[in-house]
Amino acid sequence: MLEVKDLRKSYGSTVAVDGVTFRIAKGETVGLLGPNGAGKTTTVSMIAGLLRPDSGEVLIEGRPLGGDSDPIKRRIGLVPQDIALFDELPARDNLEFFGALYRLDGAQLKRVTSEALDLVGLADKAREKVRNFSGGMKRRLNLAAALLHDPDILLLDEPTVGVDPQSRNAIFDNLETLKKRGKTLLYTTHYMEEAERLCDRLVVIDHGKVIADDTLHGLYRLLPVTNILSIELETANGGLRLEDVRAVSGVRSAEVAEGVLRVGVHDLSTGAPGILQWLADTGHLYTHVASERPDLETVFLNLTGRSLRDS
Amino acid sequence: MMIPLVALIRKDLRLFLSDRRAVIMSFVAPIMIAAFFGYIFGGNGGKTETSRIAVLVVDQDTSAISRAIFADLAANKSLDVKASEPDPAREAVRKGTATVAVVLPKDFGASAGRAFFRTENKPEIALLYDPSHSAEQGMVQGILTGSVMQVVSREMFNGTTGQAVVRESLSQIDRSSGLAPADKRSLHDLLQSVEQWNERAQAAGASGQTGLSTGLTVPYRIREEAVTARTGVQYNGYAHSFGGMSVQFILFMGIDVGIGVLLQRQRGLWKRLRAAPISRGLLLGSRAISAAMISMLILLVVFGVARIVFGVRIEGSMPGFLGVCVAFSLMTAAFGLLVAALGKTPEATRGLSIFVTLILVMLGGAWVPAFIFPQWLQTVTMFVPTRWAMDGFDAMTWRGLGFSAAIGPIAALLGSTAVFGALAVSRFRWEAEG
Ligand SMILES: Nc1ncnc2c1ncn2[C@@H]1O[C@H](COP(=O)(O)OP(=O)(O)OP(=O)(O)O)[C@@H](O)[C@H]1O
Ligand SMILES: [Mg+2]
Repeated sequence: MLEVKDLRKSYGSTVAVDGVTFRIAKGETVGLLGPNGAGKTTTVSMIAGLLRPDSGEVLIEGRPLGGDSDPIKRRIGLVPQDIALFDELPARDNLEFFGALYRLDGAQLKRVTSEALDLVGLADKAREKVRNFSGGMKRRLNLAAALLHDPDILLLDEPTVGVDPQSRNAIFDNLETLKKRGKTLLYTTHYMEEAERLCDRLVVIDHGKVIADDTLHGLYRLLPVTNILSIELETANGGLRLEDVRAVSGVRSAEVAEGVLRVGVHDLSTGAPGILQWLADTGHLYTHVASERPDLETVFLNLTGRSLRDS
Repeated sequence: MMIPLVALIRKDLRLFLSDRRAVIMSFVAPIMIAAFFGYIFGGNGGKTETSRIAVLVVDQDTSAISRAIFADLAANKSLDVKASEPDPAREAVRKGTATVAVVLPKDFGASAGRAFFRTENKPEIALLYDPSHSAEQGMVQGILTGSVMQVVSREMFNGTTGQAVVRESLSQIDRSSGLAPADKRSLHDLLQSVEQWNERAQAAGASGQTGLSTGLTVPYRIREEAVTARTGVQYNGYAHSFGGMSVQFILFMGIDVGIGVLLQRQRGLWKRLRAAPISRGLLLGSRAISAAMISMLILLVVFGVARIVFGVRIEGSMPGFLGVCVAFSLMTAAFGLLVAALGKTPEATRGLSIFVTLILVMLGGAWVPAFIFPQWLQTVTMFVPTRWAMDGFDAMTWRGLGFSAAIGPIAALLGSTAVFGALAVSRFRWEAEG
């Protein structure tokens, strides 16, 4: 459906995108993940044809973009990172304008406008000027403005940035609806939990380069530790020596605090029985066992040695 | 092609009309400022009154002659005459509330009559004037001379004062020893003739006018005519100022068009426009068309008001006027695109382009007409497109010239449109960055 091949783009001496390659199958939702300045927006702009790459190419349905008025642009819907709406015009008029850019008019334009307003839950605000909208409402309308021409591929550049949890949930519901309708989504974000919730696959970029491209499970497998077992001991470290715990086969890490032993394992099916058996054998009784996964935050930290948020 | 084009133009027009600041700047500001400039620069030709000179007359004589002089001055349409007393009059001139004060001394009538025929003992008229208005002082002095000559001579040849003075002068001449006998006789004959004339006039009295009933008058009359290409057409300060202020504020609107594109770029709207399957020509072309349409609208409204309220007529060719309007509107559109192409941030661009526009407008003669520029400046400003716009509007309004006089300005404006447009398209940043 969408193929990005070795894209490169520099602004003067700043290399914004440095050889990005990935592909998205029809109906797939791919997260484009990376810290601020990683090159996400630049990549999206090149896919949408707003920016000419220094090298590399973008193929939509196997063919490159032909020019400014290439009808293949109709297959793409862009939700820019900024709220790209006319403040002085009512919501409906904004949408009708953007629809008309795709040569929609008359009854059809009215219909798709109403549908888009319904989807994002702004039908009752249709006649209100965007200037009077809350930040969350503007974000929702910003999404609706990309849907009028019924594109197959949606390029979403941080569509939830700076909104309240309620609007964020609303936008997520909208995106899940679109996903169910079979749309192909490229979802740019630097929020891990969003990517975890929505995406089938994740492309992680940093400094303009792809540093990982895998499913969520695949990314977790890259980690030295895929699970952490929290074991509540009956007697607070009754003579337990961490060196002994770390020596147990399948255990990668171990620490103890306030009567809870935390053990990192790479493979739950062999690691978990191993440590539990060893505790029983050595006479350390426990009252509760829980397993938790590391989050994508940890994945990113592991990949780059930096935290996602503050890099 | 048509659907996006219409949508783009409609959007621009709606955004313009919904922006109160833009509407006030484009319609109200030019009308108000043009009305002001037009008023102080001579209004609509001969019809308006130039401001009259404030004159105070102190009549310490109150004779028939001094009262007649007062009446004659008061009847002059260049003067605003009021009676006053010596001290208040001096004070008023000092404060500048009056420009000139004229003091007719006691016995002025009688002494002026005597001095009319003899050189000694001329009475003095004091003329107090504001030194910052010496030109007006000269004008008042000229008018006063005419008045005094006319009134005194009329009195000498008609009035009762005249008869007394003539009789008195006769006996004085007869008694005089300083005069040569021949001169004495001639003067005596002259005055005697005047006396006889007066007696006959007295007798004719009610029956009618004698030849000198109005006294001596200035032996000429001045016909004033401001020279324009067609006789009967007068310079109209409003015509010029409305043209000038339209040019200025429409160019400001053009700047707003350019800034609008920069703002769209900053706000991500440009990405939406570029993501749609529409050509670059359509994107810029639609902006140019809407800008030209707004410009035409402003011109028609502003000149419409000028016509209805200030009597500004298209004395020349109407097609020529419309041609200049269209050409100037297209130039404004190209100018706006140029601002968009060369500008970086909206804030920095606005300041600089307003500065440039004001210079263009000033050199174009929108504030003060170019015909009062020194010759070198008139030549240099031939390269300034606003100069051609102004000349075109002047030619089609108060100068009353035909269509042929509009061809030059139209060609120059279209030429500038082409230059600005080409520059704008070649320098335009099409990429939507970041
Ligand atoms: N117009 C521009 N001129 C110069 N440098 C730019 C421009 N746009 C982006 N950059 C630089 O390119 C790099 C990538 O920017 P980009 O906007 O693609 O990052 P991003 O991943 O979208 O970041 P964010 O999460 O903040 O949106 C950054 O270093 C940025 O400073
Ligand atoms: Mg970005």
